[in-house]
Amino acid sequence: MSTAPDSPLRVESPLTGAKKLLGRPGEFLESLLAVKGLKVAYGGIQAVRGIDLSVGEGELVCLIGANGAGKSSTLRALTGLIHASGDIRFAGQRLNGLPAHAIARLGVALVPEGRGIFPRMTVAENLAMGAYTRRDAGVAADLARVYDLFPRLAERRGQVAGTLSGGEQQMLAIGRALMRRPRLLLLDEPSMGLAPLMVAKIYETIKAIAGAGVTLLLVEQNAHLALQVSQRAYVMESGSIRLAGPSAELMRDPAVQSAYLGA
Amino acid sequence: MLEFLHRPRTRAQARAAIILLAVLLALLPFLVEAGLGRSWVRVLDFALLYVILALGLNIVVGYAGLLDLGFVAFYALGAYLYAWLASPHFGLHLPFWVVLPLGAGLAGLFGVLLGAPTLRLRGDYLAIVTLGFGEIIRIFMNNLNAPVNITNGPQGINLIDPVTIAGVSFGKTQELFGITFASAHFYYYLFLVFTLATLFIAYRLQDSRIGRAWVAIREDEVAAAAMGINTRNIKLLAFAMGAVFGGVAGGLFAAFQGFISPESFTLWESILILCMIVLGGMGHIPGVVLGAVLLTVLPEALRYLGDWQRAALGEVVVDPGDLRMLLFGVALVLMMVYRPEGLIPSRQRKREFHAEDGVAAQEQASLYDSRA
Repeated sequence: MSTAPDSPLRVESPLTGAKKLLGRPGEFLESLLAVKGLKVAYGGIQAVRGIDLSVGEGELVCLIGANGAGKSSTLRALTGLIHASGDIRFAGQRLNGLPAHAIARLGVALVPEGRGIFPRMTVAENLAMGAYTRRDAGVAADLARVYDLFPRLAERRGQVAGTLSGGEQQMLAIGRALMRRPRLLLLDEPSMGLAPLMVAKIYETIKAIAGAGVTLLLVEQNAHLALQVSQRAYVMESGSIRLAGPSAELMRDPAVQSAYLGA
Repeated sequence: MLEFLHRPRTRAQARAAIILLAVLLALLPFLVEAGLGRSWVRVLDFALLYVILALGLNIVVGYAGLLDLGFVAFYALGAYLYAWLASPHFGLHLPFWVVLPLGAGLAGLFGVLLGAPTLRLRGDYLAIVTLGFGEIIRIFMNNLNAPVNITNGPQGINLIDPVTIAGVSFGKTQELFGITFASAHFYYYLFLVFTLATLFIAYRLQDSRIGRAWVAIREDEVAAAAMGINTRNIKLLAFAMGAVFGGVAGGLFAAFQGFISPESFTLWESILILCMIVLGGMGHIPGVVLGAVLLTVLPEALRYLGDWQRAALGEVVVDPGDLRMLLFGVALVLMMVYRPEGLIPSRQRKREFHAEDGVAAQEQASLYDSRA
């Protein structure tokens, strides 16, 4: 029940190109991110109880579940922010035990819950920090692309990030992650605490980013939105994956409807 | 203080300003001696020493945001290493250009040793651990006179060699080029060179990639790691760089004083250096320089209050030393209330303390804009 069905929808990334992935054959091949038996514990409390999860190149996958289901812990484990057991592979490389900055340098970008922008830096300085580890010539073009995606950020480039509204801060956090030119973008609750109009805007942008070929793993409490934009979904409950499948199917699933969609 | 160097109106004006400043700095000890007496030249020397120390601590506290209350430990290590290698205590008399880098290296090493176990600590917790570290070093220096006499305990180490450059000993009053140089004059120029070098390094660090990484860690450590910044190494580097400046200042202090004892390296010194940074404007170099100079010079000026009391009342009613503490406290409280960002804050620091004023209005405005 915790094995993910392979998605028939797999798009090749125009950003990274169709990369032949290294690593073991079998299910690890083709998956950009492959997680097996991931467990996270805080002291004696098991937050994540051995989950399997995969994200293919170019896919938009969502992980939904209620508060405290273990979604954020999963993301924190994937990005090396907390210790976890199990097997995490990104492009064939084992991530377990790598420090957060090393995972970030491999091309995994996290937009953390609560945004995590640098509040006293300006918008432009925040975006520049996104490209901190890059030495290639494409930074200026990527900056233009981010400003194109979020015209609001362009208007406020000289403004201190801490004075932006919640929605603008979320845009900035996503823009800053895009400045890393990530191979995998992890979004933790991008709709949290935002006005409905701003949520709609953020989700339009997420669709646009996915459309440009960036691989995304989206963690959300707002199941309705997440299922609408994603191709595949995992439903998490008290540390385990309860359901997995194409988002369209899960949307029609009576259990999902009653528990998460309020139908 | 050095602000005008940042925005020179024309090149000629900038050059004129720099030349003027250089001449002023070169003549300062003689002007001060003529006006206030030789003891004030020593105060000037100490002011420069504290500028070096404050700029060092500013890397740790101001740039990287790591509250270090044990900074004096590195100052002590630099001073003691100098005393061990250039005094009759062990009978070693190495030249200062050998001893000083060794002291800086030792302090830097201890900076990493202190930093490594405290990497996961922040704020108050880090402050307490570093405070403990500072005390440990001082207590070691106080007690390492038996069974083997390493530090000479509370008596301290005496007769430390003065700095000697090109056969000129800085410890004696001498006539050079027809001008009489006292020890305090020699050290003024030596310390000035070191202060300028420290300023140069501090500015370069601030504008470097490392400097930006420090600021990012100060702002949000998790986000900094997510940007690919090796937070562990960058934090250790902050501790080490700060400690190196502390070690250099310690060596200079030992040579200048000719005598050191654990009493010079109490917690009070760490707090004083921290106050200099806070008072001047944390993280901003001109502010830190101003803070260091003010907090060295003002307490000395307060000493006159004792003389005035004696002249006016026939006796010293309030000990100037006590008054110093009182005024210090009052000054800091006033600062916290009226100018929490420091006397000359950085642009960023100013935002931090005054950003909230505009947030609510903007939050409102942007909510409405988003409909458009």
